[in-house]
Amino acid sequence: MNYEDYVTQYGPMEWPYPVLYDKENAVETDILVLGGGPAGCMAAISAAKKGLKVALLDKAYPKRSGGGSGFDHWLNTPNPLTKVTAENCVEWEEATYNGYSNSLSRYIAAREAYDTLLEIEKMGGKIRDLDDDFAGAPFRDEKTKFLFCYDYENKFQFRVWGATFKPAIFNECLRLGVQVFDRVVATSLLNEGGKEGGRIVGATAFNMRTGEFYVFKAKATIHAMSRHQRNWMFSTELTGLDSFTPNITGDGPAILWRAGAELTQMERSRPSQAPGYEYPSYGTGNWMNTWHPASMVDANGKEIPWVDVNGNPLKTVDERSLPRPGQKFLAERSDHPLYGRCSPVKDLVQRINKGEFILPLYADLASMPWYERKAIWGLMVGNEGRTKVGIKMGYEAAGFDASKHMLQGYMTLGGEPYNNPDRSLWQSVFRQEGFGSAGTTVADWDLKTSLDALYVVGDAIMCGNYWYHAATTGRYAGRKAAEYALRQGMPTIDHKQVEKEKTRVYAPTIRKPGVDYIDWKELRAVGARTLQNYCGGLRNEGLMKTGLKWVQDIKEKEFPQTYASNPHILLRVLETYNILTVDEIIFQACMARRASSAVLGHTRQDYPEMDPPEWHKFITLKQVDGTTVIGDLPIGFWGNLAENYETHNPGYKGWMTKKR
Amino acid sequence: MPVVIDESKCNGCNKCVTICTTDVLVPNPIKGKPPIVMYPEECWYAGCCVGECPVGCITLRFPLMSRVHYKDKETGEIKRV
Repeated sequence: MNYEDYVTQYGPMEWPYPVLYDKENAVETDILVLGGGPAGCMAAISAAKKGLKVALLDKAYPKRSGGGSGFDHWLNTPNPLTKVTAENCVEWEEATYNGYSNSLSRYIAAREAYDTLLEIEKMGGKIRDLDDDFAGAPFRDEKTKFLFCYDYENKFQFRVWGATFKPAIFNECLRLGVQVFDRVVATSLLNEGGKEGGRIVGATAFNMRTGEFYVFKAKATIHAMSRHQRNWMFSTELTGLDSFTPNITGDGPAILWRAGAELTQMERSRPSQAPGYEYPSYGTGNWMNTWHPASMVDANGKEIPWVDVNGNPLKTVDERSLPRPGQKFLAERSDHPLYGRCSPVKDLVQRINKGEFILPLYADLASMPWYERKAIWGLMVGNEGRTKVGIKMGYEAAGFDASKHMLQGYMTLGGEPYNNPDRSLWQSVFRQEGFGSAGTTVADWDLKTSLDALYVVGDAIMCGNYWYHAATTGRYAGRKAAEYALRQGMPTIDHKQVEKEKTRVYAPTIRKPGVDYIDWKELRAVGARTLQNYCGGLRNEGLMKTGLKWVQDIKEKEFPQTYASNPHILLRVLETYNILTVDEIIFQACMARRASSAVLGHTRQDYPEMDPPEWHKFITLKQVDGTTVIGDLPIGFWGNLAENYETHNPGYKGWMTKKR
Repeated sequence: MPVVIDESKCNGCNKCVTICTTDVLVPNPIKGKPPIVMYPEECWYAGCCVGECPVGCITLRFPLMSRVHYKDKETGEIKRV
């Protein structure tokens, strides 16, 4: 029953939770974790194991929130079955993204990902084919029962039952006594003495159901609130379908920005399509990621040939997952000659345009060997986020049978949430934040941010993404934050900073709905349009100045007219403020990079030369006394990986340490 | 509606309300009755509510324009999910 039906049948419906805007809760803890996704939960577990008191906040219930509905691959993991090293695991990404990756956190993750995976198995995550469903498959190790993907020779990318992971690690949090505050959303970080840029001594938050306020005081705080998202995309009718994960609204970067932390990569984006037009993620016939290495046919059943990274044709399905002579190994997202995966012919779009292949295309799993069909449809589609119920169960209930039917692809018609292979569409005004290598917080070898006592994990780390990286960096930073907290006394909170934040948070609830109050959806729509029109596929200084001014005007003049009728709407209003804040950061970062860059998806009319060497660096930005300060970080700032890792982790005992 | 609740089966336990990551659902003010689909447009079709329901009374329903087509290899017939 929806709200309207209820009101028709039973009369006015009050907000079902007590509204407690005046209530303030004070919580003191050793470690405060902001965000309960895989990284946040693993950080909490790690710190709790050190005997510390841990509080964890999340916008939802962490059993299934933040990557909790599932995932398919556990990537970049050196393990006893492979020769691929931790150094290899970072080199392919550096090569693929022209240096714009983060070898520091990737290396940490590669060193400890296998330990993390085995630890999660003990908590209840399924990582082996114990039921022998894939016995005899070329991607299965018969002894360990591990399943692999992408490269069946160099077994370092695991296929796992990812839908079992989040409940397992959340239960472990509860078992270890982590204090969980679900539906409690961070609104600000608290600096020592209330001074922007000062040590972090806690955070403020509010409950999105009751509206009550929280003041957390902590010796160390861990930022696990992911990156920014939804800055270019918004549809008022289907807000939940606008993006990959709707709870990621850039709260993390916005809150860090207000606290004076250093961010980077804010100018990075990639093309997308208009919001609301997407088909369910992983729910169409395609050959990427979850569906790799699916066979594709055209409308007449003509097969699309597969080729290696150099365009040489492949004869068999099995060859799609084996490196070619001269290649080191095949990596998940690479098109670099040394590591590039095989794919359907590179000039597919041109061949379709010439009429060689007739639209639409279909994924033909039925023609594939049983083990690939079963791995794609059942294991990967079935465990990847949001695929288990809607796609695997839903499609089958509607009659789809992967052994008899072919699922239509929409890539060249638009509609998939991946980069469309039709490059003529790549200058679209509809853009996505650099999904795939997108995190934005600068961090050191302890995964500490530029602010003292504030650590960062998972997708929030610069260039961070993937489950393996989230869980492993979470586990690592939890350890580091605990070591730090053990040396600290309980800090003091600046009450003026708390009061100022409280006024900001509740302002939309105090205003009364007047004749011209502004809805949060209207503000999100205008924020998205500002970026579409003034920071789209093609940019210049004048355009961006106008765009920045527009966002600033909206924040100053229109945002104060928003009204929140209940705590749920208050959350959406405050998220919108964070989105507009991130819009401002994006404009400033894009203006600061006075050069075009292919990898960063940053094309400037006024600086057309692509990737000039003097701009081959990370641009950083932070606020100092309310003014933006631009800086940079050299590519390779992480230095010697093995040396630095070992210096920072002399006592760590793990699989790789034992091996040495 | 993104989620369809079979009200004859629902026992009003509100487990779906707890697990929903975007608070699409809220508890029914009348105790023991099915939850109210309060913010249907905010659903992102994770299906966690379906997985959590102890009596199997929830169906996830993709919007019509997101329904994918498929083709029967033998007959060539085109259907949609």
